[in-house]
Amino acid sequence: MIDYDKILNPSVRAIRPSGIRKFFDIAATMEDVISLGVGEPDFRTPWQIRNAGIKSLEQSRTKYTSNSGLAALRREISAYLKRKYSLSYDPQGEILVTVGGSEAIDMALRAVLCPGDEVIIPQPSYVCYEPITVLCGGVPVILETKAEHDFKITPEELTALITPKTKVLILPYPCNPTGAILEKEDLEKIADVLRDKDILVVSDEIYSELTFGSREHVSIAQMDGMKERCIVVNGFSKTFSMTGWRLGFACGPSPILSQITKIHQFAIMCAPTTSQYAAIEALRSCDEAVASMKEEYDLRRKLIVNGFRRIGLECREPKGAFYAFPSIRSTGLSSEDFCEKLLYAEKVALVPGTAFGKGGEGFVRASYCYSLEHITEALQRVERFLKSL
Amino acid sequence: MNKEILKILGKNGRLQNSQIAMMTGLSEETVEKEIREMEKDGLIRGYTAVIDWEKLDSAYVSALIELKVTPKASLGFEEIAEKVMKYPEVESVYLMSGAYDLCVIVKGKTFQQVAMFVSKELATIDSVLSTSTHFMLRRYKELDIELCNTDTDDRGTYLL
Repeated sequence: MIDYDKILNPSVRAIRPSGIRKFFDIAATMEDVISLGVGEPDFRTPWQIRNAGIKSLEQSRTKYTSNSGLAALRREISAYLKRKYSLSYDPQGEILVTVGGSEAIDMALRAVLCPGDEVIIPQPSYVCYEPITVLCGGVPVILETKAEHDFKITPEELTALITPKTKVLILPYPCNPTGAILEKEDLEKIADVLRDKDILVVSDEIYSELTFGSREHVSIAQMDGMKERCIVVNGFSKTFSMTGWRLGFACGPSPILSQITKIHQFAIMCAPTTSQYAAIEALRSCDEAVASMKEEYDLRRKLIVNGFRRIGLECREPKGAFYAFPSIRSTGLSSEDFCEKLLYAEKVALVPGTAFGKGGEGFVRASYCYSLEHITEALQRVERFLKSL
Repeated sequence: MNKEILKILGKNGRLQNSQIAMMTGLSEETVEKEIREMEKDGLIRGYTAVIDWEKLDSAYVSALIELKVTPKASLGFEEIAEKVMKYPEVESVYLMSGAYDLCVIVKGKTFQQVAMFVSKELATIDSVLSTSTHFMLRRYKELDIELCNTDTDDRGTYLL
């Protein structure tokens, strides 16, 4: 009989499946569960985008595209980055269209990491950076961001973690799950730390269009001298409500991008063709649709944040993405206990902060990709739960 | 006048003042006061529910009536429009550009009832030159709300 233990890569076996899985398996068996767990938009992909996808199918545009993506799409991405964030990337050689932002992160880390290289990962943050680093033979170095710093990384914390082996800094802002953003002053200070070092920044800016108030997203690559040491990752999932289309992109200096493109070429060939045609339309004609979705998110954001505060949970203002990250320390429960008890008692599914790193202890993530009625009902149930404690 | 509140109520008139307060950052009292003032000023004219009557036995029929009229020299279309809108059968009245003048939405229990109303009441008004009746066969969307929407939230919790 075949011995799978011998077959499988030990470092793959060592990766823990997302801790959240078992939690949602419980939720799935219960009736009337009201979830604030999902991290994807509830809006339909705007019609003109879907229509562009349909048209491309009608015209049988169903072949591979160039490895780096349709030239027209790369030109639109270049124009979009210029228009929105004053970033200049050459469609020829500095932009790669990928299967979601996730692939871009994976490819970027694969292209640069050697065994033993250290990757500084701020947490709480999205769950993919650590396992991908490990799979590349890299060593994750966790930077635990603090609530009192609004979950921003500080130049002091960063400096303290840099060693001669540091190869990459992951910069996941606007941040899932904390809703933190980095503003220009914050980025200047981080750039000051990095400017004279051979450290690459992988800046995951997938939530860049979702910053609230009058705050506009700023990219680390906009800072003086930083473009040459940054890979900017973005995509269509959150901005245009296109999660299932699986489309993102990576931008960076051509010496790095050409290597990334090589891996992409052999591993993926090219991003889905239909999605690429749809994405051209998204970048050309959807500013209004994006603005109206953002307006709706903002109402929900205020409702959920003020709602948590009203029922007695401390909740910082999330300035970006679409999550609230209230503290549940006042209950004396751990994040996991809180979520499990809440699920059994009131059938509300939240995600324990610890799913995003140890630093998430004492917090829970509540997505507000839900209707106002849904959010209101969830808040009422959480309030009942808090009173029962 | 508070445009933000108007926008919110325009999308969902059933939200409570406490919810609107949380969404705008205003106090509940301020929200209540603003709404009362906008009602008094006639900015907010009323509240209603969008109901899918087809789900019930008590479904009704609606028709869109194109009315061509001779406007009165001094009052233009106002006089006739005001006369038409007073009928309880009439749900909406709009002045239109193009091939006809007034667009009148009429509601009734049966096709027969609506047809009788048009021929006996609307068509006989002095300045009405002609009527053209179009019965509505199915309502797909009303006041921004989809009536035949069967979408369910199938978003999984596959990842975070």
